[in-house]
Amino acid sequence: MSRGQGMAQFLDNLKAAPRRFAESAWRSGTPNTDRSRSSFVFGNVFLHLHPVRTHRWSLRWSTTWGLGIASVSAFLITLVTGVLLMFYYKPYPDVAYDAIKDIHFVVPTGRFIRNLHRWAGNIMAVSVLLHMARTFYTAAYRKPREFNWVVGMVLLVVTLGLAFTGYLLPWDQLAYWAITIGANIAQSPREVTDALGMTAVFDPGGLQKLLLLGSEDVGAEALIRFYLLHVMILPLVLVLLIAVHFWRIRKDGGLTRPEDADRRVGGPAGIHPSFTEAPQKTYHLAAVVRGRTAAVGRGPEGTVPAMPHLFYAEMAALMLTVFVCLLLSLLIDAPLKELANPSVPENPAKAPWYFLGLQELVSFSAFMGGIGIPAIVILGLALIPYLDRETTGTGEWFGGPGGGRLVAGSAVFGLAAVLLVETFAIRLGWIREWWLAAPQILITLVNPGTVLTLIYALYSIWLVRRHQSGRAGALGLFTCFLCGFVVLTIIGTWFRGPNWGFYWSRAHWPGH
Amino acid sequence: MNERSRLAPEPMPRRDFLGLSAMTSALVALLFAGIGMMRLPKAAVLPSPSRRFRVQLPESLADGEAYVPPGRAVAFYRRGDTVYAMSTICTHLGCVVRPTASGFDCPCHGSRFGPDGAVLKGPAPKALPWLQVRAIGRNAYVVDEGRTVPSGTVVQA
Repeated sequence: MSRGQGMAQFLDNLKAAPRRFAESAWRSGTPNTDRSRSSFVFGNVFLHLHPVRTHRWSLRWSTTWGLGIASVSAFLITLVTGVLLMFYYKPYPDVAYDAIKDIHFVVPTGRFIRNLHRWAGNIMAVSVLLHMARTFYTAAYRKPREFNWVVGMVLLVVTLGLAFTGYLLPWDQLAYWAITIGANIAQSPREVTDALGMTAVFDPGGLQKLLLLGSEDVGAEALIRFYLLHVMILPLVLVLLIAVHFWRIRKDGGLTRPEDADRRVGGPAGIHPSFTEAPQKTYHLAAVVRGRTAAVGRGPEGTVPAMPHLFYAEMAALMLTVFVCLLLSLLIDAPLKELANPSVPENPAKAPWYFLGLQELVSFSAFMGGIGIPAIVILGLALIPYLDRETTGTGEWFGGPGGGRLVAGSAVFGLAAVLLVETFAIRLGWIREWWLAAPQILITLVNPGTVLTLIYALYSIWLVRRHQSGRAGALGLFTCFLCGFVVLTIIGTWFRGPNWGFYWSRAHWPGH
Repeated sequence: MNERSRLAPEPMPRRDFLGLSAMTSALVALLFAGIGMMRLPKAAVLPSPSRRFRVQLPESLADGEAYVPPGRAVAFYRRGDTVYAMSTICTHLGCVVRPTASGFDCPCHGSRFGPDGAVLKGPAPKALPWLQVRAIGRNAYVVDEGRTVPSGTVVQA
C-alpha cells in the first residue's frame, strides 16, 4: 500500500466518521421502513420498552386517556425543574425562605420554573389518581397484571410522599405546620399505645417521629431530612419503580384489551407480516424457561408498528401535559406564605388540596385518620386483584357484573353516606361532646372516619353477596372511596374555616 | 464406581451446597449491613435546645388571665396567691393552641380545651399537660417544658 493510498483511506474514514458514528449509536440504518423502524425500536435502550407492534385497541384514547404517560410526563417536568431549583435552594431554616423568595423574585425565569415545578407536581398527583381509577374501572389489574397494580399502589404512595416533602421546603407557615402535623401523625400510634398503657416499653410512634425530625423539635435537622427525602430518596425509589412498572406492562402483554378487541377495532391495518408460533426469544431457544412471552403465537391482526403510531400517541399525551403545566404556570403563581412562625399556626392551617381529605379525617382521630384508614385503603386496593379472579368485562370500562349501573348506584350511595356522616358530625358533634370522660380508645375506634369506612365495607360485602361476584364488591367499594375522597376534599377545601369549624362560605368566617 | 447417571439429581450436590451457603452468608451480611445503616438516622444526642426557661410574670396579670411569654408555648395563670403553667401544644397534632376566655382553641383541627386543659371537643386524645413551675421570687418563675406535673399542681407565688 503506497503512502497516497493510506492517506486517501484515512480521509475517507474521516469523511465517513459521522455516518459511522450514527450507525454505531443507533445500531440500525435510517428508520424508513417498518422493518428498520422495528430494529430501531428494539435496538435502543430508551425505546425498547416499547413493543415492536402495538394493538390498535391500546391506541384508542378511551382505552387509557393517556393518563399513565401524563403522570410520567409531569414527573419528567418536576425532575428537570427540580434540578434547576436546586441551583438556588438552600435547605437550612434561616435561609430556605429567602432562597425561595430569591427564586421567585430575583432569579431569571425562577418564578416560572418554580410555578412549573409546583403545577407539574399537582398534575402528577391528579393524573396518578385518575390513572389508578382508569386501571380499576377497566379491570386492567386482573391476571397477569396483579403485581403491576401493586407496584402502582406503591408509586401512588411515593408520589404523595414527594408532594408532601415538597411543600415543606419553602419553610413558610404552611411548611412549618405541615411538618409539625406530619411528624405528629407519624407519632400518633401513641394514641393506641397510650390507651393500652405500653408506650413506655413499646413506642413505634415516638421512634417514627424521631426518625423524621432527627430531633424533638421541628428545625434544621427536620428540614434537611425532608429535603433528602424529596430530592434523593423518593425520586430514586420512584424511578426504580417506574422502570419496573413499564417493564411489567410489556411482559404482561401490553395494555389490557377485551377478548373481542380485534373484531372491534376493525380489520388488519395495511400490510403486516405473518408471525410464526416458533419461540423467538433467546431464553426460549435455550429451553430453560417454560411458557411464552405474551406476543408469541398471537397473530398480527389489529396491530400496527409502535413506531410511529404509539410514539405519536405518547407524544400527544406528553405535549398536552406540558401545555397544561405551562399554561397554569403562566397564569397562577405558586403560593408562598409568611415566614415560618413556630409560636403561631395559621388559622385555619390547611394542607394542599390533595391532603385536605386526610386533614378532615385526622380532625376526627389522628391515628385512624392519618395512619389507620389510609393503610386500610391502600391495603384494600392492593388486595383487589387477588380477590377478583373473574374474567368477564376485562378491558371494558366499568366491566363486570352490574357495570355502569352498579357504579352509578354506588356513587349515589357513597355520596349519600359521606354527606350523612359529615352532616351528623358537624351538626351533632361526636362522642367527646356528649360524654366528656369517654376513653380515647373508643373515639379512636369509633369516629366518623371509621364509621364511614365500615359503611362502605358493609355495602361492598352486600354487593358481593347480591351479585355473587368479587368484582361487583370491588366496583362498589372503589366508587364509594372515590366519592368519599372527593367529598372530604371539597369540605376541607371550601367549607372549613378558623378552628376547623364548618362555614358555608369564606364570607362567614369570623374576623380577627 | 458411580452407578447413578450423570444427569440424575444428587441428594445435595456439593456445588449446590457451596452455592447455597455463599448466598446465605451474602444475604446475612447484607441484612446486618442494612440494620447497621438503619441505626444511623436515629440521633444519639438530640440537638434540641434546653426547654427550661425563666419568666417574669407581669404585675397586672389578673386571675384566670393567660400569660404566654413571647416565642414560648406555655401559658401561665395566677389564681389567688398561686401560679401554674400549662403547655399550649395541642396533644392532637402539635399545633399551638390559643388561650381564650373559656380555655383553649386549636386552629388546626378544632380541638377545644377547658381552662384546666381538659379536652372538651375535637380530636385531641389527652388534656393539655401542666408543667413544673418553680418560684424564684419577685414574680419570677422557672419552668421546664419537658417536665409535666399532674393537672392541678400549683406553686405559691
